[in-house]
Amino acid sequence: MSSGELIVKGGFVIDPTRKINGDVGDIAIKDGKIVEKVSSSAKVIDAKGKVVMAGGVDVHSHVAGPKVNAGRLMRPEDKLRAGVCRSGMAQKNGFRMESGFSIPSVFRTGYEYARMGYSFVMEAAMPPLLAPHTHEEIHDTPIIDEAALPVFANNWFVMEYLRQGEVENTAAYIAWLLKVTKGYGVKLVNPGGTAAWAWGLNCLSINDPVPYFELTPADIIKGLIQANEYLGLPHSIHIHQNNLGNPGNYPETLASLKLAEGVKAKNKFGRETVMHSTHLQFHSYGGEGWKDFCSKSREIMDYINKQKNITFDLGCVTLDETTTMTADGPFEHHLHGLNHLKWTNVDVELETAAGVVPYIYDKDVLPNAIQWATGLELALFAKDMDRAFITTDHPNAGPFTRYPRVIKWLMSKKAREATLATMKNTDRVINATYIHGIDRELSLYDIAQMTRSGPAKCLGLARTYGGLAPGMNGDVSVFDLNYKDMPKDAEKIEAAFQRAACFIKDGEIVVKDGEVVSHGHKKTVWVKVKMPENPQVTRDVSQAFHRGTYTVDISNYPVREYLAPHQSIIDVNVEA
Amino acid sequence: MPKLIKGVGCPYCGSSCDDIEVLVSDDETKVLEVHNACIIGTNLFHHANDPTRPRLPRKRQPDGSMKEIPYEDAIDYMAKTMLAAKKPLIYGFGSTNCEGMSAIGRIAEKSGAVLDNCATICHGPSFLAIFDNGYPSCTLGEAKNRADVVVFWGCNPMHAHPRHTSRYSIFPRGYFTQKGQMQRTVLCIDPRETDTAKLADHHLMLDQGHDYELFNAFRTVLRGHDIPDVVAGIPKETIKKSAEIMKNAKFCMIFFGMGCTHTDGRNHNIDHAISLTRDLNDHTKCSIMAMRGHYNIAGPGQVWAWQFGFPYCIDLSKGTHAHMNPGETSSVDLAMRDEVDCFVNIGADAGAHFPIQPVQHLKKHPFIVIDPNFNMASEISDLHIPVRIAGVDEPGVVYRMDNVPIQFKAVLKGLPGVPSDEELFDRVYERMCELTNTKPIWLAAKEDRRYPESEAVS
Repeated sequence: MSSGELIVKGGFVIDPTRKINGDVGDIAIKDGKIVEKVSSSAKVIDAKGKVVMAGGVDVHSHVAGPKVNAGRLMRPEDKLRAGVCRSGMAQKNGFRMESGFSIPSVFRTGYEYARMGYSFVMEAAMPPLLAPHTHEEIHDTPIIDEAALPVFANNWFVMEYLRQGEVENTAAYIAWLLKVTKGYGVKLVNPGGTAAWAWGLNCLSINDPVPYFELTPADIIKGLIQANEYLGLPHSIHIHQNNLGNPGNYPETLASLKLAEGVKAKNKFGRETVMHSTHLQFHSYGGEGWKDFCSKSREIMDYINKQKNITFDLGCVTLDETTTMTADGPFEHHLHGLNHLKWTNVDVELETAAGVVPYIYDKDVLPNAIQWATGLELALFAKDMDRAFITTDHPNAGPFTRYPRVIKWLMSKKAREATLATMKNTDRVINATYIHGIDRELSLYDIAQMTRSGPAKCLGLARTYGGLAPGMNGDVSVFDLNYKDMPKDAEKIEAAFQRAACFIKDGEIVVKDGEVVSHGHKKTVWVKVKMPENPQVTRDVSQAFHRGTYTVDISNYPVREYLAPHQSIIDVNVEA
Repeated sequence: MPKLIKGVGCPYCGSSCDDIEVLVSDDETKVLEVHNACIIGTNLFHHANDPTRPRLPRKRQPDGSMKEIPYEDAIDYMAKTMLAAKKPLIYGFGSTNCEGMSAIGRIAEKSGAVLDNCATICHGPSFLAIFDNGYPSCTLGEAKNRADVVVFWGCNPMHAHPRHTSRYSIFPRGYFTQKGQMQRTVLCIDPRETDTAKLADHHLMLDQGHDYELFNAFRTVLRGHDIPDVVAGIPKETIKKSAEIMKNAKFCMIFFGMGCTHTDGRNHNIDHAISLTRDLNDHTKCSIMAMRGHYNIAGPGQVWAWQFGFPYCIDLSKGTHAHMNPGETSSVDLAMRDEVDCFVNIGADAGAHFPIQPVQHLKKHPFIVIDPNFNMASEISDLHIPVRIAGVDEPGVVYRMDNVPIQFKAVLKGLPGVPSDEELFDRVYERMCELTNTKPIWLAAKEDRRYPESEAVS
């Protein structure tokens, strides 16, 4: 945190948290926080003719942890894309070396997010047993603040409690696990399906029974929503639904979204939603097979627009060669059966699984092109942009470094049409999607909602991230775009968001003219629930270790303090 | 009063058992008793009591003798030597913690070194196969709780991983395997009648060096095709019967060792083994795992993959980006061609494990060894810097053979004045920065940095 004073002068301020849309103004920063005003000796950053926003907040990205690293390890070829993934950053210039494209190294991850003006990134799936690994990577990632969501939906304890309808025990277990893994919230990945995968099976519908545990994915989803609200966590449940990526999966998606109906958010963090549906693009398909595969984005969005307690992120396909990785183990096996590229799998005892398969999204392959359109349509059909967030489910649908390109497509019909026109199957893509008929072009204000105020609110971080009100973190990004005179050429929009003209993190200038100038003061954010001890849960957990169901000692399971040196802890108090 | 410390990790093999109990003297300077560990692990803890353990760096003198020098001088020598070298080689890391592996990254970048680990002479071929074919695996608890068919191919855990079979693979009673060994069918594929083979229900004693054919035969049979009457010395009926056992398993677990990676075919054997695992997943659930040797040899593969994108053979001499090309940038090959002009051996013993020609070439240039103990390499080195023993008097993260990070505790106080690997590397790095008039790059502010601590939880 910098103690100096800074003032970002004369830019077009876009801050949806205060409904400011392009007004020319100054942003003052002191001691790492935004303040009303600073003294005349403050360092001045001239933002005249440029757009000023808060630091970006990424709600869902796979940037640290065992499966990300499994992807790095198994794909040396991802490092070979000179020009795309190499830079002159080196020790002699004061930087760590960068590498990787779809699964960048930790150094490159921190640098690239900073160059795009992002200040907070949520690692979207942390296997609890492997939490020390996730934290070691977070420890080595510069600049950006990070948090991680442990996965719960295939956890034996959770399934055992929910089979018997024990929401309180589930909640107590969640509280314990968040504390020992320094986790942030409740992530669900293919509820029940990943547990079934341990026997080589899957749950494609929310009513399929989970082998051995004798409950259904729907029971798990409902139970975890209740437990999450019982605790009043900052973030809602964060779900990757069953039957991801398959033609005709949208009714299943709607069925699982409906499980949130009637549930009210209960928390002290200003969060109004109870379910975050992640990478929705992968869950919005019609058709019976790949031949009649089509977009059902409108059907999905018709529902979500009405449902005020749900947020979602896009999971936009960026038409790149990338690396898919998910705790949805059976899906990765299935995907490998489609493309026959290499396949890595990691089943984790009692908790979860993960798979990794490289994937090439080719604009000339019809299903890929339809996926591309589907992701963009979700945003273009959305009515409340504070509930629709830009992601690429990095690196699943594309690397996070392509967010600016997604923004370009969302802000320019011309850019969308240009991409569409280069496709081999343009007409068939148009027939199978809605994109050609949509004229909507998102505004900078929409983009700020989707990348700043919206995700911060949904994560319960609205007091510190995602806005420029006094008292919030001194995270300010400046983009070289003239609000009054936006470039006709959409490529310039992409270029501006790719490399921030200036990025201030916690009151310190970390990026200038698109290049990193400081390693900042990154933080690890986690949620500490204080609640009365639950003897049943304590006993169940210790038995799993002492009977040897786990193969590690219970004393070595909690993530040690030194692994997360800069902690920002969010306290949650649950009364008995 | 002596103290009993529980849940201690063992600094020996890739099983990384963390159920060890160590009784230490009241002042935490002596190991008195070691419970639960195998004989080798037990001895490793007792070694720490050795009064002759080196406590100061030793530098080779013009007359060939070794003389003790202060740490400051050793750090200065190492910093200057590495900066002066055009292409230093840093090798080892099987037996240290991940904190050290992370810290060496800065030195390697700064000096433009090649960074390599023991995998280069053991499971390197497995990495090559993983690059080609992926790695469908699981944690050892999955094998323990579920596996009803266990295959040991080219490995002998009864000797190399003494507690593997009792903790994870053959004997233990897991959640879905309550009957332990009674419930498991064990296949051993090995040209020798090892002690593991003697334990197995079926021992396929294949012709030495013919693993590739046998893997191929298994896959052919699984896909419903015919094979010759005898493949790799194994009768067709035996192969068909064994394939049937694997196919009918509820959960089949394949463990492979250096009998596959260092016999004819090398990485191609593993490639085939991975394909076999994948094929079996069309019938049932099957996982595969490399029997990694040292307690933290999986660590450098992980740490360097997140820092540089490659697990081993990492050439940083270009200064701007990492480059990996085993054969070109692998330790033994570099040394064979006499391409490196400074050698740093850390937590491993190149003197004992490299062929003689590479050692002779390496010996022509500055040769630095960083190791808690005397070993072959330290005795031929120009500089030997002792450090604390990760897992005995230094805590830290290690990666078990299944890539599960285990936070090891320290059971003893470190020898006075002897740094950990991480502390030593940080000091060398700082010295290199001083010498080159540059600012050290700490990702987090230096004053906030923290070194490992044990945090024993009862």
